[in-house]
Amino acid sequence: MSDADTLEALAKAGIPAPVKPLLTVEKLTRVYGKRIGCADVSFDLWPGEVLAIVGESGSGKTTLLNCISSRLTPTCGTVHYRMRDGVSADIYKMAEAERRYLMRTDWGFVHQNPIDGLRMTVSAGANVGERLMAVGNRHYGNIRGAAIEWLARVEIDEDRVDDQPRTFSGGMRQRLQIARNLVTEPRLVFMDEPTGGLDVSVQARLLDLLRGLVSDLGLAVVVVTHDLAVARLLSDRMIVMKEGRVIEAGLTDRVLDDPRAPYTQLLVSSILQV
Amino acid sequence: MNTLLVASEVKKTFIMHMRGGVELPVVANVSFSLKAGACAVLGGPSGVGKSSILKMLYGNYGCDSGQILVQHHGRHVDVASASPRLVLEIRRDTIGYVSQFLRAVPRVSALDVAAEPLLIRGVEREAAREQARGLFKELNLPEKLWSLPPATFSGGEQQRVNIARGFITDHPILLLDEPTASLDAANREVVIDLIARKKAEGAALLGIFHDLDVRNAVADHVIDVSAFAAGKAAA
Repeated sequence: MSDADTLEALAKAGIPAPVKPLLTVEKLTRVYGKRIGCADVSFDLWPGEVLAIVGESGSGKTTLLNCISSRLTPTCGTVHYRMRDGVSADIYKMAEAERRYLMRTDWGFVHQNPIDGLRMTVSAGANVGERLMAVGNRHYGNIRGAAIEWLARVEIDEDRVDDQPRTFSGGMRQRLQIARNLVTEPRLVFMDEPTGGLDVSVQARLLDLLRGLVSDLGLAVVVVTHDLAVARLLSDRMIVMKEGRVIEAGLTDRVLDDPRAPYTQLLVSSILQV
Repeated sequence: MNTLLVASEVKKTFIMHMRGGVELPVVANVSFSLKAGACAVLGGPSGVGKSSILKMLYGNYGCDSGQILVQHHGRHVDVASASPRLVLEIRRDTIGYVSQFLRAVPRVSALDVAAEPLLIRGVEREAAREQARGLFKELNLPEKLWSLPPATFSGGEQQRVNIARGFITDHPILLLDEPTASLDAANREVVIDLIARKKAEGAALLGIFHDLDVRNAVADHVIDVSAFAAGKAAA
């Protein structure tokens, strides 16, 4: 019996389907010639869970993020994603069109630099509306309405809806990028240093906004950051990487308050106290 | 009486890799149980490992060995070996914790900090805030502070936000790390009263109280942590 049949049978019998991981990463490896990008990484991500991947520059965290979000083909290993019908699919065995559709609808990707995730020469409203059009919305009024609603949720005034993001500050651009990603109500969002390059007051506002959205929408998130304070604030679990390998993983507050690996102890002890 | 938590032969050592791998034994052979409707107190001098024990029960510190069995959703689970997901579920529904210091989140109001444990359980925001307001009133936290983020509050004000956050739920097990350390006499009385009410509701409490008056007022029995001092237990 396939997964879908099993779920249907359970539903008929009135038994709630057991919660299963949304994303399952197994032995994921990416090498660049002889150099290791990331090696032998495995983890599960559950619905509504926030996982932080931390490590210093060059530790392989962005390579890992790109491999699990289908932006960079791994050398070996698998990434399974549980689709909305409950069936788990290997994202690298999907048809290209299917994978693209997944990325446009059920997934989001928030880049460190908003320029990489936005179209700078179309209006803020169009940046948000574009993702809706990609999933088949055609009614201009509805799209504009949804765009304005999402701008409000990320604290951008309605009167900026027709402005291009190149006239926005860095913090506003990042909030716009988040709105653009969330408008299709994805279940999984990847974030690469979402607060990098922002000054601290802007960063605090963005983190607070992200925390609220993640819990209100029940989003699962994989967030790459080198900032342990960001990891503590946003994530439930974390993975510490060094030289492409996972050297410690677990509950975020335990890894930060009771670090085991020598490298994690070094990272934690290097945090500047204010 | 119903036993809600059993710790047996729990051991904790810190290995400081930054100092050439030196081992700091904290506690060993920690064994005790917590019963519904009673408050146990961890006793012993500073540095003997009282806070570490609380943190292991809450899953914040790992254990080298031993078991921490907790009655969670009608079954027994071991916090010491639980997966991160299970630890989070135990914290949401079974074990509450009032830490010594508040970890303030930028831009989040005192009211929402206190209401958060209820929100995580799916309680509607306004209902959760109403309960937080009730506790703030009882703890004499000035109303003008409620909508402000607690980062700039005094120690005593922050501690009251923390207490409200810890007492707002009906967790069957509640851990208290010096909840009255920076409170005045009137507010200490409020906390003593809150603890008495938790006991009456059938919760099992475990606390660290350096204040003798508070300790005498709430303790049903004292667990002497010096007996678990690492090294001593090895003998």
